[in-house]
Amino acid sequence: MFLQAIPDTSNYMIAGYVFAFVVMGIYVFSIYLRNANLKRDSEMLESLEEEQSKKAKKK
Amino acid sequence: MQPKPLILKILDVVSIIVLAVAAYLALVFAPTEAVMGQVQRVFYFHIGTAWVGLLGFVIAAVAGILYLVTKDVRWDRFEVAAVEVSTVFFFITIVLGSIWARPAWNTWWTWDPRLTTAAITELIYIDYFMLRQGIEDPEKRARFGAVYTLLGGISAPITFMVIRLFRTIHPVVIGSQSAAAQGGFSMTSDMKVAFFFGLFAFTVIFIDLMWHRIRLGNLEDKVEQLKLKVSM
Repeated sequence: MFLQAIPDTSNYMIAGYVFAFVVMGIYVFSIYLRNANLKRDSEMLESLEEEQSKKAKKK
Repeated sequence: MQPKPLILKILDVVSIIVLAVAAYLALVFAPTEAVMGQVQRVFYFHIGTAWVGLLGFVIAAVAGILYLVTKDVRWDRFEVAAVEVSTVFFFITIVLGSIWARPAWNTWWTWDPRLTTAAITELIYIDYFMLRQGIEDPEKRARFGAVYTLLGGISAPITFMVIRLFRTIHPVVIGSQSAAAQGGFSMTSDMKVAFFFGLFAFTVIFIDLMWHRIRLGNLEDKVEQLKLKVSM
């Protein structure tokens, strides 16, 4: 009779955990994406540098 | 770029496992708090992310000092990695705190000393990236960044200590809290397990992400150097 019911705050808890996992997921994905883009740029620049050095040798 | 080391691969797997275990302990294992209900479970991730957030800002300040002393660019990359990962985690801390505050304090936000210093700390480190973006010379950028993180690093201990020194409604988990604190609770042994495992899990995840971010920094520098070579 005198016991107080525990308030239902489940929605806030769910919102909190969804937010935390989404932000962490986005950050991990951003690292992956930046890494992939930089790798591509690096490969392209390396081949360009190789071409330039070949041309310089011919001259 | 160097291939991913085996230890980092293992650390990736361990990070996923400890995150899953930390979530299980927080959401299932720990008992429901009698006054606040389920929302109290947010506290385990709130503290875990706050811990690594503030730790990273202090680490960045130390890396800044080491850069200024040695002029070794690796310390600059280390500093950037620490700031970036910590800014993300500290952003999660602030939002989780706000979500918890709505049912506990009946408001999303209040200009309490802890909330104010936390918001200032986060803004300081968002500005750090704006500052770096605005400087083209890599050496000057690293030097300014090092000084900035050194000064910004002071905000981390202030944010940590403010609830122990001033009258605030923010509860203190470890140590004595202000008489005005609202939403505090005493932890049961099961809650302590979830709490301490959360701290451990986020430390592991922090190290893992830091490592990845440092590798990304190495690759950024390599591309920058290649661009300079090709354009000559």
